[in-house]
Amino acid sequence: MSVLIENARIIDPADGFDAVAPLCVQGSEILARGQIPDGFEPRRRIDGSGLWLIPGLIELAARLREPGEEHKATIASETLAAAHGGITSVVIPPDTDPPIDSPAEIELIARRTRQACGVRVHTLGALTHQLEGQQLAEMAALMQAGALGVSNAHRPLASLLVLRRALEYATTFGLTTVLAAQDASLTGSGCMHEGAVCTRLGLSGIPEAAETAALGAILALVEETGARVHVARLSTRRGAEMIAKARAEGLPVSADVAAHQLFLTEMDLAEYDPNCHVIPPLRGQRDRDGLRAAVARGEIGAICSDHQPHEADAKLGPFAGTRPGISGLETLLPLTLRLVEDGLLGLHEALARVTTGPADILGLDQGRLSAGAAADFVLYDPGAMLEIRRGDWLSAGHNSPFFDWTFSGAVRETWVAGRPAWSRPAEDTE
Amino acid sequence: MTEVSLAGRPSRLPEPGPLPNRLQLTDDGQLRHMLTIEGLKRELLTEILDTAESFANMNEKAVKKVPLLRGKTIVNLFFEASTRTRTTFELAAKRLSADVLNINVDTSSAVKGESLLDTLRNLEAMNVDMFVVRHQESGAAHFIARHVAPGISVLNAGDGRHAHPTQALLDMFTIRRHKGDFTKLKVAIVGDILHSRVARSQIHALNILQTGEVRVVAPCSLLPADVDQLGVQVYDNLDEGLRDVDVIIMLRLQRERMEHAHLPSEHEFYRLFGLTSRRLQLAHPTCLVMHPGPANRGVEIESAVADGPHSVILEQVTYGISVRMAVMSMVMGVHQT
Repeated sequence: MSVLIENARIIDPADGFDAVAPLCVQGSEILARGQIPDGFEPRRRIDGSGLWLIPGLIELAARLREPGEEHKATIASETLAAAHGGITSVVIPPDTDPPIDSPAEIELIARRTRQACGVRVHTLGALTHQLEGQQLAEMAALMQAGALGVSNAHRPLASLLVLRRALEYATTFGLTTVLAAQDASLTGSGCMHEGAVCTRLGLSGIPEAAETAALGAILALVEETGARVHVARLSTRRGAEMIAKARAEGLPVSADVAAHQLFLTEMDLAEYDPNCHVIPPLRGQRDRDGLRAAVARGEIGAICSDHQPHEADAKLGPFAGTRPGISGLETLLPLTLRLVEDGLLGLHEALARVTTGPADILGLDQGRLSAGAAADFVLYDPGAMLEIRRGDWLSAGHNSPFFDWTFSGAVRETWVAGRPAWSRPAEDTE
Repeated sequence: MTEVSLAGRPSRLPEPGPLPNRLQLTDDGQLRHMLTIEGLKRELLTEILDTAESFANMNEKAVKKVPLLRGKTIVNLFFEASTRTRTTFELAAKRLSADVLNINVDTSSAVKGESLLDTLRNLEAMNVDMFVVRHQESGAAHFIARHVAPGISVLNAGDGRHAHPTQALLDMFTIRRHKGDFTKLKVAIVGDILHSRVARSQIHALNILQTGEVRVVAPCSLLPADVDQLGVQVYDNLDEGLRDVDVIIMLRLQRERMEHAHLPSEHEFYRLFGLTSRRLQLAHPTCLVMHPGPANRGVEIESAVADGPHSVILEQVTYGISVRMAVMSMVMGVHQT
């Protein structure tokens, strides 16, 4: 199908393009941006007056809960939630059940994805067999089946020797290794940031060193092996500083942060709010501000939702016993753009952190709007008011601390590969 | 660039933060539940202690029963073993003429959130008026208070490492009976602060009552992070920590909660942090020695001290009944006349 979108303000952080201009879509790709080629006869015309046209977001860490935990959510439910949030590609960490450690799981996910709304679903393969941290997974087979990189998710590795061998092996195939900087023994049974609030609430703390000690080990091995490593979900100011320093020294490392870490702190646990139970934990205000500054400077190259939908029962209990995680797909874009309103960074930089930033980290060619790129984009109404309400929520997981927050601006339509994956219901759009 | 942004928060909610009183107080500041001491006003603590005083006088008489809670049903819901706390709560309820049900939930089988809530719903269906809850997880009493049917009160009888408010109140009651004014007192809390809900509640209570100086004394591996921010002076040397204090509160070494290497041995702990007759001489000559029990003799306290003239350990148990009667009657909205 050919489509012409006219009069929208096209914002493409990949090359800084920002103008009210036409966008021509032919089939699944963008045919032209900024001009209409001779002879282009669109089957459909969309008037984008007053709207922004931005690249579809790329989410680096979305648990879709399939296979294995379909009682929490499914690929169908969560890809629709992603489209609702303006996300056109999601990456699944390998800790599904069974873990993504053979081509069979990747094929299963691809099959389920074909039956869903169209949002692209990518996978990270297991770093070790069954994520058990002992024996290397068959990374080459995983890569050939489509895995963008390898990871052990939040599961610990048996030793630094295993990590070293895994990094060396992944380097053989040019695979990016995605690592959580989280020392298992220092984390222990902790469930929140160690500090004064933790002491008052009487919960087990996770010290800052759980992140920095692990990060120190990772950086030492990157330096030795030259492996390309992406550090997932930083939570501390000190961790962000270590990444900045390593990048300045030329080490091939990148990092991301979960959007909630840029807005919430340990103080938000209030009276044991289980929706603020996340791993890594919400930390102090200094950490939150340090992470924000690192995002602004680009030392943290991507913001993700760290989407972890849960059934209601998983959050029903005393704090430490509840399952960690936030259902975040539908608040990633609003929170990211809130950073612009806060004056932290410009609109193009903010959008880059959720489009080209994550695309570059995993070598995806989406997240841009130039001619020849995939027609994955979002029509966004900057004048709309968005209140996060359960009634509008599409994720099967209602575990979000952001209900009742209000934002200016809302997604109108999300397109993937030249087709609409989600459009705002007509009654809401006047 | 790094300014705090609160712009997205709903304006009708109060500022976020661990403010424990939205749940436990009614809109006009009366006790609805007793979950934690933190954040309570001095006047309220004083009112509880005054009410306990009137019950204490009654408890010394031949007829120890008043009809204040006649017709009310109180459930002692204990997910963790307890003798002293449960029996004094039971006795307090009976002296107020309430009907009491004791439920000890088997803690060996993992207690999941759903089953906790299910237990609660089943008991609610029996039209009870109050839950007295002890649970191994911090925040359990808050969780129950949040989910309980309106009109039912929750008393926290100890949740994880978080709080044990009635214990702290009975300790304050004991101190007040002996010492009167808190503002001139130096109080040392000694031992396993890290795992102690009692210490946390005592620290809040002592500070709310404007105690002159509150000290905690422990090896650094048994101190929780940033404990000084609770308003205490931190000592890692017992001799220094005991100097001139008016009250010593010894804590039980909670060996069952020590998952990792906190201490080399009990022997070394006793040598460095055990309260002995010799060390007691460093404190003020009229110093009180307290212990929430059960004491590990020869681990944190010498028998001669626990049973000696400075010890008020058994008085604490006696006063526990009066203090719990006071809290139970106040959350039920009835007052001793």
